[in-house]
Amino acid sequence: MTVTPHAIDELAGAGPRAGWLAAVLNFARRRPLGALGATVILLMVVLAASADVIAPYDPLATDYGAMLTAPGPGHWLGTDAFGRDVLSRMIYGSRTALMVGLGASLIGATLGSLIGVASAYFGGRVDLFVQRIMDVFFAFPVIILALAVVSILGTGVGNVILAIATPMVPRCARVVRSSALSVREMPYVDAARASGFGHRRIILRHMLPNVMAPILILGTAFLGEAILLESSLSFLGLGVTEPTAAWGLMLRGAAVEFAESAPWMAFFPGLAISLAVFGFNLFGDSLRDALDPRLRTQ
Amino acid sequence: MAYYILKRLLAMIPTLLGVAVLIFLLLRVVPGDVVEARYMGEGGQFQSQELMQIERKKLGLDKPLWTQFVTWMWGIVRLDFGLSMWTGAPISEEIKLRFALSLQLALMASTIATLLAIPLGILAALKQDTWVDYAVRIFSISGLAMPSFWLGILLILGMLIIFKWLPPMVFTPLWVNPWDNLAQLIWPALAVGYRYCAVGTRMMRSTMLEVLREDYIRTARAKGLWMKLILTRHALKNAILPVLTVISLEFAFLLGGLVVTEQVFNLNGLGMLFVEGIARRDYTLTQALVLLVATAFLVVNFAVDIAYAWLDPRIRYR
Repeated sequence: MTVTPHAIDELAGAGPRAGWLAAVLNFARRRPLGALGATVILLMVVLAASADVIAPYDPLATDYGAMLTAPGPGHWLGTDAFGRDVLSRMIYGSRTALMVGLGASLIGATLGSLIGVASAYFGGRVDLFVQRIMDVFFAFPVIILALAVVSILGTGVGNVILAIATPMVPRCARVVRSSALSVREMPYVDAARASGFGHRRIILRHMLPNVMAPILILGTAFLGEAILLESSLSFLGLGVTEPTAAWGLMLRGAAVEFAESAPWMAFFPGLAISLAVFGFNLFGDSLRDALDPRLRTQ
Repeated sequence: MAYYILKRLLAMIPTLLGVAVLIFLLLRVVPGDVVEARYMGEGGQFQSQELMQIERKKLGLDKPLWTQFVTWMWGIVRLDFGLSMWTGAPISEEIKLRFALSLQLALMASTIATLLAIPLGILAALKQDTWVDYAVRIFSISGLAMPSFWLGILLILGMLIIFKWLPPMVFTPLWVNPWDNLAQLIWPALAVGYRYCAVGTRMMRSTMLEVLREDYIRTARAKGLWMKLILTRHALKNAILPVLTVISLEFAFLLGGLVVTEQVFNLNGLGMLFVEGIARRDYTLTQALVLLVATAFLVVNFAVDIAYAWLDPRIRYR
């Protein structure tokens, strides 16, 4: 996977000297769906960052006088079975979702790409061995692997991040390895080896930067998936735990029990998950189109 | 070809062995064991350590790890999965009905996904960059974004509010009462199928776009062939392979990976069994389950590769 000058242009804007604003406008003009995704992501980041200011209520404050209140002027999106404000919990939930999404894809993509590049660089038996181990991980459904890790580490945000990163490592490693294989044959890698640089330097300084495009593409794709996986784990009660505000957790228990009389409890958090993943997927798709000319549709 | 098939079959063995070692070790790293899980629930703090040791001995948990592993593997070789540590019943019995449920659900979901994905993907590719294309793409990206358990909740809720009707919540096997069976399973199949149709649609669209730009399509058009004929005879044949691959690989994961959907629809499939197995520290059952799902994945993978070579004469394996 190579980055053509054209693709760089597209990311950097009309010309090398165009400012970031021009770059953003250019991206928006060329890829309206990607810009839509970026807007959703931006909105989510702003909500997460300013949750303390924006949220009308404390997300953990219970109000037994206002249990299961329908959406209205006091509580815009209603309250849950403990009288907690759904809107506030959703706003704070974006914080959890972003934290888990970013954390998991960062760890997963970093570890995965290091393994992938190293495997391609050393080749031979090392490569074969690493690939066989990756095959083993591939044979597990993603959620089963994540569940197994959670049962070992226990629940909570940090452990959920690790559990979600685990299934991402082999997938990232495989894709990055295939790109790194072609990079290894490049003259500059030979040159670096001839100059007597160590393995670590060649891998980190010479090869890794040249497979950044697929890593970036995978990383963004993982983000949406990680958010989805976090909500699934939390929904099962094996992810983020009460009373932390998390979207998947909000859909659990009472939200299902009282679904008929208080449908807002089940509806809005699910909408938030879908919107967030939708945004990350749209953005990721456009990024892929921009960075990988082979997949371009034009 | 025969050599290739044999080679691929043999290559499965080390992978499966790896899966077996991994799940065996992972389960034993999880704190607690089946004896603790059982007695802790019944005010177990007061249970004497000796009694728990006796229980462990009965289950063979006092033996060294490698003995336990070899015993298990020896059983697998003879296709004997052993007894569940929690219920004491043969694992093959425990898994049988749940496997039927999961298999049926996976088959239904994949069918729905295929039937939707292929026409939608073709449509989007033919009408590239028109509103039809955008609509299909938004439809499929939404499918990827919506958690299928949420879609499930909405489906149930919708039926409850609009039709005042709930799908049956107790599983009836297809051969006992097909109507009840379908009335229950069609909803989770729709919720899951939508998501997988999204994956397939995107694949169909992009491979179709790729194929439509090929020289032989231009030649066919230059010959004055009908577009309809070009599409079905020339383009579809070449574009559909990767789509079928994606859908079959997803199918393998559907078997064990529908934990959350099963929870929403109150289905006792393989996914729920896995969660129960872990919660009860039922090593033997969970191990067997994971090995089963992994085998299914490898077999489907293998079948797809063979089908590829058979369908596409350009591919030759050595």
